[in-house]
Amino acid sequence: TIYFLSKTLAKPNVKNIVLVDGVRTPFLLSGTSYSDLMPHDLGRGALQGLLNRTGVPKEIVDHIIYGIVIQEVKTSNVAREAALGAGFSDKTPAHTVTMACISSNQAMTSAVGLIAAGQCDVVVAGGVEFMSDVPIRHSRKMRKTMLSLNKAKTLGQRLSLLGSIRMGHLMPELPAVAEFSTAESMGHSADRLAAAFGVTRVEQDEYALRSHRLAKKAQDEGLLSDIISFQVPGKNIISADNGIRPTSMEQMGKLKPAFVKPHGTVTAANSSFLTDGASAVLIMSEEKALALGYKPKAYLRDFVYVSQDPKDQLLLGPTYATPKVLEKSGLTMEDIDVFEFHEAFAGQIVANLKAMDSDWFAQNCMGRKSKVGVPPMEKFNTWGGSLSLGHPFAATGCRLVTTVAHRLQKEGGQYGVVAACAAGGQVFLPKYTYAQLARADTEYSRGATVQVFLVHSFGLFSVHVLCMKMTMCKSVQKHF
Amino acid sequence: MAGVRAVGILSRFATSKYSRLSGHGHRSLSMSSSLLARTYANYEIKDGVAVIRINDPNSKVNTLSKPLQAEMTEILEEIWGNSAVKGAVLISSKPGSFIAGADLNMIQACKSAEEVTTLSQEGQKMFDKIEKSPIPIVAAINGSCLGGGLEFAIACQYRLATKSKKTVLGTPEVMLGLLPGAGGTQRLPKMLGIPAAFDMMLTGRNIRPDKAKKMGLVHQLVDPLGPGLKSPEEATIQYLETVAIEAAKNLANKKLSVKKEKGLVQKLQDMVMGLPFVRKQIYNMVTKKVMGQTKGLYPAPLKIIECVQTGIEKGTTAGSLAESVNFGNLAMTSESLALRGLYHGQVACKKNNFGSPARDVKNLAVLGAGLMGAGIAQVTVDKSVRTILKDTTVEGLTRGQQQVYKGLNDKTKKKAITSFQRDTTMSFLTGQLDYRGFDQADMVIEAVFEDLNVKHKVIKEVEAVIPPHCIFATNTSALPIKEIAAASKRPEKVIGMHYFSPVDKMQLLEIITTDKTSKDTTASAVAVGLKQGKIIIVVGDGPGFYTTRCLAAMLAEAVRVLQEGVGPKKLDALTKGLGFPVGGAALADEVGIDVAAHVAEDLGKALGSRFGGGNVEVLKTMVQKGYKGRKSGKGCYVYEKKSKDKKVNPGVEEILKAYQLKPAPSVSGDEDVQYRLLSRFVNESVLCLQEGILPDPVQGDIGAVFGLGFPPCLGGPFRFVDSFGADKLVQKMHRYEEVYGNQFSPCQLLLDHAKDSNKRFHK
Repeated sequence: TIYFLSKTLAKPNVKNIVLVDGVRTPFLLSGTSYSDLMPHDLGRGALQGLLNRTGVPKEIVDHIIYGIVIQEVKTSNVAREAALGAGFSDKTPAHTVTMACISSNQAMTSAVGLIAAGQCDVVVAGGVEFMSDVPIRHSRKMRKTMLSLNKAKTLGQRLSLLGSIRMGHLMPELPAVAEFSTAESMGHSADRLAAAFGVTRVEQDEYALRSHRLAKKAQDEGLLSDIISFQVPGKNIISADNGIRPTSMEQMGKLKPAFVKPHGTVTAANSSFLTDGASAVLIMSEEKALALGYKPKAYLRDFVYVSQDPKDQLLLGPTYATPKVLEKSGLTMEDIDVFEFHEAFAGQIVANLKAMDSDWFAQNCMGRKSKVGVPPMEKFNTWGGSLSLGHPFAATGCRLVTTVAHRLQKEGGQYGVVAACAAGGQVFLPKYTYAQLARADTEYSRGATVQVFLVHSFGLFSVHVLCMKMTMCKSVQKHF
Repeated sequence: MAGVRAVGILSRFATSKYSRLSGHGHRSLSMSSSLLARTYANYEIKDGVAVIRINDPNSKVNTLSKPLQAEMTEILEEIWGNSAVKGAVLISSKPGSFIAGADLNMIQACKSAEEVTTLSQEGQKMFDKIEKSPIPIVAAINGSCLGGGLEFAIACQYRLATKSKKTVLGTPEVMLGLLPGAGGTQRLPKMLGIPAAFDMMLTGRNIRPDKAKKMGLVHQLVDPLGPGLKSPEEATIQYLETVAIEAAKNLANKKLSVKKEKGLVQKLQDMVMGLPFVRKQIYNMVTKKVMGQTKGLYPAPLKIIECVQTGIEKGTTAGSLAESVNFGNLAMTSESLALRGLYHGQVACKKNNFGSPARDVKNLAVLGAGLMGAGIAQVTVDKSVRTILKDTTVEGLTRGQQQVYKGLNDKTKKKAITSFQRDTTMSFLTGQLDYRGFDQADMVIEAVFEDLNVKHKVIKEVEAVIPPHCIFATNTSALPIKEIAAASKRPEKVIGMHYFSPVDKMQLLEIITTDKTSKDTTASAVAVGLKQGKIIIVVGDGPGFYTTRCLAAMLAEAVRVLQEGVGPKKLDALTKGLGFPVGGAALADEVGIDVAAHVAEDLGKALGSRFGGGNVEVLKTMVQKGYKGRKSGKGCYVYEKKSKDKKVNPGVEEILKAYQLKPAPSVSGDEDVQYRLLSRFVNESVLCLQEGILPDPVQGDIGAVFGLGFPPCLGGPFRFVDSFGADKLVQKMHRYEEVYGNQFSPCQLLLDHAKDSNKRFHK
């Protein structure tokens, strides 16, 4: 009967696409137990875990798409390296995508596109991030000298090249600390965003604390069932996230601002930390899944990508994208049972909530008549979020989608929305819009129709946050 | 000289307000904040901190006017009398302006040096009180903080500034022939160290927030915000206020200290500066440098040095006295009057007096990718206007595009823009060899070869492809616009836009209208020019318009002087001695000898013997021999890379020998040579006004100074006639006329002014 009441979001002439299952490795603070691995090792772990959990026959997987942000140059197509290592068929093509913090969202929506277009029936998507090791390069001058050295034919030429090396050549090049287009670090941008929406330090600390407490509760109650254990070669088995540390407002209040000094509000404790981790999902056309005897977890229905000015609206994507995806499907905020928003910074989440609650913002920045409306907090990131569970850039998207599916099942909801912001923006002055959306139902559990919308907004996240976040991470560890 | 409202003076310092407001401390906070609604400044008390907000209701920017100062004084007395107030924040409610300087009209209204000195002393007293304030006062700076505004800020205990593009700090007084007269010459050396303070006050340059923080001019920076629950401007001001209140509270309860640990370099510098002979060396060095750059024509920089020296060597009391006295004296100098006149003129020439055009120019096309064409393209794409750069050859086009790129890349190297901004700016430029896309053009500016037939051919080709509303502007330096427009099917859309080389550096744009040019066409050309950041004069059509004509008259005399045996180096020294930034011979090289020859010949034909003097053949022979000026490596001088000392071109010396003339001893002394050059320039300017080529003397002065480098200390040809005396000038000219003939005949308007000393070009 419930089935009867539900709206149908199926589209005519488009295949229904389902999430069969999703898994992830435990997310660890970078520099901890995973520190000696390489990115594809973690990716391998997630993919192997997915194979084990779903039992999907390797030879029926049509394609593998994997996301990563900070590339390891030795494994530039990390999708392929991870898939081969995980025991997938060498006949299955694999490619790597990158789109800042929403790289695995891009992997999933690419999969949805391939299935909808009739190109594939079974696709594996996922993403990995490994921040324990990042490419630190020789300076451009030094690289140029070394490359010329390769071509030098005589000893004289070589010696003269070697002789040209100066102290300045030896300075290493760290991954950029700033957004390429605006020369601003993301933490700095988040701090300004929080200020623009009048988000106080206390509000940010409170939100961060909430995230940690809810994550701890979910962990204790065994709700984080998407985690598969990972055996670090030569070491012990890792089976739980290690960044969840609920403390107290008082302790959090002691931290100094990490980016804007001395008056900033974003600190190490209310920001997501540098994380190592990988995730993977199995996506199929509904008919294929049913034919194989699966009981899918959710329909992936629709998606929308948006992008805005990378300077002042870098992290406001969720506000822009959420109403778009709802209106596209004829739903309202009230219809949604589960919200999973990526938490880059507590200040960014609270700023988005305030933006959604502001008529001024809706009218002046979004071209809407009235405000978007705020998701109710009792439906919002109730199992923790990126602030507490961790944020391996390219692995977070799949975690969000799998979590929505699990929460809908657990809580008996029908529709869910995922939103994530990412850095950057392709165009410097003009404000452009992209958008992504995905939705899923799970009419397979408990007989209720459940749908998930994925809403991701995007700017582009560039590599840089690195150094900043590394120091943040250290101070977090020290502090807690 | 941008954005100057300079000079810090506070007047009417009311000292008797304490008694009236003595009961303030007992009032409830909300009452005290709303009790007195003032016009220019108001305050409210937030959390024990008085937030003083400045907002001049009659202007886009705040200036230290008498009423603002009076209100500010009242407010400060109230705050100081209120024991509940632990600190204060000084902030502007205007997004782009903290305090842009003192009200210049206040100085203008003074009749004597003593009056101005009194203004200065009142300002000094006021700021001294602020400096000694019992509670910390935080200046929260967003937007321009210049002149008196800066002096106000540096008297406060703590300074915060936003990193907004509009935030600039500086002491531009020197550019107005003045000095920072409200304690600036005393406080800055102590705050920044002697060298940095000299640099700031002697150049008058704008200092960006980042640099200001590094120098120690401000203590803390605040980022501008994007849109949130309010507009970015409002949000930023509110954020700044919040941070400033926090700082004031922390200063009051000693959580924040103004004193910072000095670095090793700083300690070392202090030690060195402690030695009297080192300081003396610095004063001497700076004086020498100033004399080299100003030729002693500008008194203000020397007085600034004097004030700083007095303050440091003899103490602040003596220094302040020197400051106020010198300030009064400087305000009365002709140099300051000239420079202030230029400032007002420049403001006037940054407005569009022809209304808003019917259409915005969104797509612009430039014909000819030469030095001028590419320069025009560069200043246009820089303002995000889509621009087509068309040339006839791949080589020409490539060179032009490279020029635009280099211009932008140089800005990147100087960190004025990011490489990303450079690339997006470049994306507005399309280089091509054909007329593709011209059907979308709103304006075409041609910068092709200066030949009437070529211009005619181009105008016909272009009119075949452009839409009906498109304006055709011609960038010529001498060809009359109506002759060019003769080939046009729609002369009402034809206008002259005379840019000056290098286009990205020279501020002037001379717009030339014919009697057929429509008002909307003119409005559109002015709008484009303003967008490109130009100072604009709009003049009538005629051979050489205004600027070229004046310059040609002077260059004709310069050639004569050369023929009479004054070498190029001597000629340059004499012209520079007048205050021209570039000497006569060097200027001819910059303009191009071929262009000069062309113009001289054309104007000679059109305007007759008034353009006599030097022999055009000298220039023509130089062109024949390939001495076309800097661009060809040889002109009057030989240009070699990396060679600092210019050498006179021996080839030119030979040519000059061949055309040698005997100098007339009675008019060939150094001073006479200078006045021969100057008087021909000035006479031609006045004639342009008389003939109606120039609409008014202001545009004449601005055009001469910003386009041709006419000595700024003289304020332009018209200001010069006023201050020098038309009668004296006419006397001199008559003397030259006797020797040389009618090129020195004063024009009627000049004669009129000579006859009646009440007649003045500037009131």
